[in-house]
Amino acid sequence: MAAMTTSPAESVSAPPVHRRTSPGAWMKMNLFSNWYNSLLTVVFGALILWAIYALVKYLIGVDTEIIRVNLRLYMTGRFPSEQLGRLWGAIYVATATVAFFARATVRNAQMKATEAGLDFERSHWTDVVRRFWPIGALILFTLSFTETITPTLLTLVAAAIGLAAYWLGGMMPTWLIHRSWIIVVAGVVGFYAVLVAFGGVGWDLWQGFFVNIVMTVAGISLAFPLGLMLALGRRSTLPAVRVLSVTYIEFLRGVPMITLLLMGAFALGFLIPGDFQFSLFLRLLIAITLFQSAYIAEVVRGGLQSVPKGQVEAAQSVGLSPWKTMRLVVLPQALRNVIPAMVGQFISLFKDTTLVYIVGLLDLLRAVTISMAQPEFFAQGLEAVVLPFAALYFWVGSYVMSRESRRLEKKLGVGVR
Amino acid sequence: MVGAFLYLGNNLRNELIAKNLPTDFSFLSQPTGVTIADSDFDPGSPVWRALLAGIKNTFLLVIVGIPFLTILGTLIGVARLSTNWLVAKAATVYVETLRNIPPLLIILFVFNAVILQLPPPRDPATPLDWFVISNLKIMGPWLTSSTGVNALLIIALIAAVVAVVVGIWRTRYSEQTGVHSHRVLWSLGVFAVIVLLGYFITGRPVSISIPELDGRVITGGFGGLGAYFAVLIALGLYTASHVAEIVRGSILAVPRGQTEAANAIALSGFQRLRYVILPQALRIALPPIINQYLNFTKNTSLAIAIGFAEITLITFQLIGNGYPAPQLILILMGVYLLFSLTISLLVNILNRRLQLVGN
Repeated sequence: MAAMTTSPAESVSAPPVHRRTSPGAWMKMNLFSNWYNSLLTVVFGALILWAIYALVKYLIGVDTEIIRVNLRLYMTGRFPSEQLGRLWGAIYVATATVAFFARATVRNAQMKATEAGLDFERSHWTDVVRRFWPIGALILFTLSFTETITPTLLTLVAAAIGLAAYWLGGMMPTWLIHRSWIIVVAGVVGFYAVLVAFGGVGWDLWQGFFVNIVMTVAGISLAFPLGLMLALGRRSTLPAVRVLSVTYIEFLRGVPMITLLLMGAFALGFLIPGDFQFSLFLRLLIAITLFQSAYIAEVVRGGLQSVPKGQVEAAQSVGLSPWKTMRLVVLPQALRNVIPAMVGQFISLFKDTTLVYIVGLLDLLRAVTISMAQPEFFAQGLEAVVLPFAALYFWVGSYVMSRESRRLEKKLGVGVR
Repeated sequence: MVGAFLYLGNNLRNELIAKNLPTDFSFLSQPTGVTIADSDFDPGSPVWRALLAGIKNTFLLVIVGIPFLTILGTLIGVARLSTNWLVAKAATVYVETLRNIPPLLIILFVFNAVILQLPPPRDPATPLDWFVISNLKIMGPWLTSSTGVNALLIIALIAAVVAVVVGIWRTRYSEQTGVHSHRVLWSLGVFAVIVLLGYFITGRPVSISIPELDGRVITGGFGGLGAYFAVLIALGLYTASHVAEIVRGSILAVPRGQTEAANAIALSGFQRLRYVILPQALRIALPPIINQYLNFTKNTSLAIAIGFAEITLITFQLIGNGYPAPQLILILMGVYLLFSLTISLLVNILNRRLQLVGN
């Protein structure tokens, strides 16, 4: 009797056995567990080997002349060469802003944690490298196609400026840390001023991959607040606001973005009196913003629906105003719950910036197709070189964004209570 | 708000009049001046006919693309959860690569680097002598009909009704006796037998037509332009990567206990998927998959980049020919809204049926 009761208890308390599986056993378990798995392994193995062989053969034989010649066209389009200094200046401003803002965010979190009596663990610099290495690798990859050493040196300067700004951010006064939006506004104004002020280059000449990045950043920062407002409008108690929001959201979600771009390119001019016309860049930015805000509104709505009613009631019972209830209680939880969907929407906005190709703005994709039609590169099958090259830039951007969203989701413990 | 609309409407009217364009939709019956590749479309026919031809081409993309991407996406989604390490990894690489690249870029790649690299139309490839493949057109075998085909169609219709009746009878029989119904086999068998009998009775009105090359002209067979296949393949592969993620997420969302229960009653791997996991996963997956269908439909408008004459390209050309942009874009948006609403309506009906069966 005693023996019978102790034996299961023993097996429970015994530490789990970690057995190192031998390669043979691993293969048996994961590749050849039964006859159809073996068949699948053989067929897929052959296919994958063939694909690797084809890829290696292609990579050895590939002629990157077209990329080396056209790299500047890809990155900046027809940005006037005597003004390129401004572009580097703008990149420096952007780098410094990001570094400064990152430091402010870290210090803000640190102060909040100390206030609440929590441990604060600063992420190690190796973590940052691990998170963003695809972007660094892509920059190195791009620099490997440059013909002179200058761009590499200028990139190193950018890295130095970023580090310096991060270090300087350590001396930031407390009031600035609490109002970090000032840094962003100053950065945006500085960025624009460096590019445009005193006979600079207006945004009609912002081209190449640069325009994809600017459109993505500007599109996200404009479409997000608009989407938020639309989502709140959809829940409004005023029927007129609600009906307008719903109509707007459902209409824009029902049509392709191209129709909006066509409208921006051809029909917007009809709605606004002749002497007051937007540039193509601005019209396309408006089209992208309007389009994406409808999708973001739906994402936010999902988040708002996921916040339990009790949260609102609790906020009301401690006497918070409706605005404060929304800002301090509902929205933080709502947005946290929809991080993956939201970032997914940002990724799709990033990918959608290529659609400006169709109405003739010279973005990365357009630059690539222009280079394919150049007389010295025409009809040599170089599409298979330059299109994957362009795809790499979008892939890295989207991949890093989606990985960050997964990290953030895990860190904030979404779905874990 | 109303004031703003009136102001914009007034501007629109004034600008249209100033540019000497019509302010109503009367231009729809004027001649187009648009030519459509691979069709006998007459450039002199009215604008609305051109729009209709464009809608037809969009529809052809959607109707073929949706089954293609559904099957591919489901296979890859299931493959990502495979116990076979190699298969799961290959599927993961597929999904992570394709869904992070802009669809427009994929279309341009498939068109320029695959379709246009096929042999030229004057010297096409003819694999098995059944297909004629060139970078302009891809043709395969199809059916041709002769007199008596209408009678056969009526017989096929009757056969379909009989097959459904047989299916219902087998289901009832199975419910009463507990014998396995085999209702799909029964229905298909009955249908095949009746249609085959009808085929011989009506004097074999349907035969296979193989595309034949006569100089540069291809006669017989059925197929489409290279650009059509480029859009279909590129968007199919792209959307399938999203569908695969949905399928995977939905299968993971089915509670673990269901798998364990299925194992406990000794169902095979296939039976477990077919009767326990997939029916439940389908219910979770359906709404987001509808969204992907809608995305696919809207993305077909990207065909404009490689010159496939769907509705967006036709509209673009009409604007280029001097027809008023605001009205045309309004029609274009209306067409897509109609497509979107139809698809969501159809699948909502299906969705409701699935939910009822479940409860």
